[in-house]
Amino acid sequence: MGLINQIAKLGRGAIDLVVGLGSAGMMLWGAIAHRPRVRKGTPLLIKQLYVIGVQSMVIILVSGLFIGMVLALQGYNILVGFGTEESLGPMVALSLLRELGPVITALLFAGRAGSALTAELGLMKSTEQLSSLEMMAIDPLRQIIAPRFWAGVISLPLLALMFTAIGIYGGHIVGVEWKGIDSGAFWSILQSSVEWRQDIVNCIIKSALFAVVVTWIALYRGYNVVPNPEGISRATTQTVVQSSLAVLALDFLLTAMMFGS
Amino acid sequence: MTQNHNSLVEIQNMAFSRGSHVIYEDISLSIPKGKVTAIMGPSGIGKTTLLKLIGGQLTPSKGKVLFDGIDVHQCSRNQLFVLRKRMSMLFQSGALFTDMNVFDNVAFALREHSGLPEAIIRRIVLMKLEAVGLRGAAPLMPTELSGGMQRRAALARAIALEPEIILYDEPFAGQDPISMGVLVKLIRELSDALNLTSVVVSHDVQEVLGIADYVYVLADKRIIAHGTPEELRLADNPQLTQFIGGKPDGPVPFHYPAPDYKKELLSGLD
Amino acid sequence: MLTRKIEVLVGLFLLSGLAAFLILVFNVANVEVKTGDSSYSLHAKFSNIGGLKVRSPVKVGGVVVGRVSAINLDPERLVPIVTLSMDKRYQYFPETSTLSILTSGLLGEQFLGLAPGFMDDDVEMLADGDSIDDTHSALVLEELIGQFLYSAGSKD
Repeated sequence: MGLINQIAKLGRGAIDLVVGLGSAGMMLWGAIAHRPRVRKGTPLLIKQLYVIGVQSMVIILVSGLFIGMVLALQGYNILVGFGTEESLGPMVALSLLRELGPVITALLFAGRAGSALTAELGLMKSTEQLSSLEMMAIDPLRQIIAPRFWAGVISLPLLALMFTAIGIYGGHIVGVEWKGIDSGAFWSILQSSVEWRQDIVNCIIKSALFAVVVTWIALYRGYNVVPNPEGISRATTQTVVQSSLAVLALDFLLTAMMFGS
Repeated sequence: MTQNHNSLVEIQNMAFSRGSHVIYEDISLSIPKGKVTAIMGPSGIGKTTLLKLIGGQLTPSKGKVLFDGIDVHQCSRNQLFVLRKRMSMLFQSGALFTDMNVFDNVAFALREHSGLPEAIIRRIVLMKLEAVGLRGAAPLMPTELSGGMQRRAALARAIALEPEIILYDEPFAGQDPISMGVLVKLIRELSDALNLTSVVVSHDVQEVLGIADYVYVLADKRIIAHGTPEELRLADNPQLTQFIGGKPDGPVPFHYPAPDYKKELLSGLD
Repeated sequence: MLTRKIEVLVGLFLLSGLAAFLILVFNVANVEVKTGDSSYSLHAKFSNIGGLKVRSPVKVGGVVVGRVSAINLDPERLVPIVTLSMDKRYQYFPETSTLSILTSGLLGEQFLGLAPGFMDDDVEMLADGDSIDDTHSALVLEELIGQFLYSAGSKD
């Protein structure tokens, strides 16, 4: 009996997963598969860019600066042992561009904007605002979900680029201003080892895909919340946990595809 | 069932269940044009569900819901949206959009659907707010209003597009006597002045019997009684008298189903 | 609904994103806007390329003058052929130049070191499609150790 129950549980879990993916996919399709409405859609998008992008900027910039500085300090201590402290520039720049920039930005974004999106939608659902839109003959997918999705997809790559740029500047502060690496050496070695297609384009591709995943999970969790306070708090936690795991797993896949061979 | 040719909404032999939980077994009712129809029943009986079925947000497992002769659940999404422009729903929580002020809330549907110039929209909104006595509250955010005022603002929003029918979901729940009185008066006045069809779902017996023209009482997944308020007050159905009289025990038992009391008390001793 | 302040902030947000992108592209990756085809290719055969990879730099005295664009195996002689994509700005290398596989630092990446050879009247410059004949393969640590052990053993 125990074994059969286990198998049944596994099967139910698999079915739930497929059903969840299906309904999440239908939600996204219903939200974005429309002709864009420029006149009505633009103000909604701008508002969401403000909530999702502008309000995440401070945490992203501060984290980027500190992570760049810490990376440089740790890297300097290791590299100085090999007498190659000039390689600090590429070390900081490549770590940020290839991994830390997109990944940490996505994780912070999931915590800052993703959880806020889920909670906001959950509140809208539990106060019947979504039903109310339905009854006013306005599609909540277009009115509520679509602008938030696009705002997330636009904001995250921009935030990742800002994070990386300020992180490299943080590395410069520690390496050049504090530890006294020659500024010219720092930048020229950095510049000769960063390649725009390999590193910058891949950074943007990565963070754009992370943006889709994080925003999608946040919106789906909020849209399908159990409409009570406990449900909202659980959905918010699920958003952060699931989108962080999804980002890390996706990062491995993308890294293997981009830099694996 | 009375086949009323004047009815706006007609529900025919409808059944509905959530998962394995049956909510309605077989319900037929008709809602006459220009009248206040009340649907009463104890909590948890799925009265809100009934309104969502009429609005097409849920689909019945059996039977039909006709709105002005059109089967709501056979409509495509676009046709359904056309139908919904003719109906309006007042949610229990008010469901005002929390990120806009009262004025924008009332103007929202007008801006989306009417295509009228902003100057005219402004006048319409002020008229609707005046009707519910909240013209002065136009610039406030919903969170700055009391529960009763939120519901009145939501009512102004619900009548903004001049619908043919308003579905009221528990309009009196959790209101103090004054707001309750205001809402009762507003529902009755709007219904008479605009010749609106109103459907009030509620368990506040006295208020409902006071304003309704016709009442359906739901219990046990069925309609157990219907008639004018006077007919219901005089009926001798024990379930009905318990509900209308508010008696704690009766056909709806005070005790949740449980094993025998004495046996359960003693069984813990071994 | 939308205040001017929000519009301005969103505008600034988009601009700073763009600025970050431009900083990364022009300051960090040092992309130069080039016109037309700006590289020429050279070939070189090695007996062993060690850890050399496509995109490894080609340096002259530490200055990057090109990159490895392809690594293949010569089907007849069964030795690696490395194709270099050289920057057009640096095209005055005589054909007597030598190419060796070097390692940056003790354990670093491998790169190609180009040592310009002597110039003479009858020595031509390397041009597109030419081969560099004088090459030094990568030092393979295991082989060195093996040779050392062998020579140490034969002395006894």
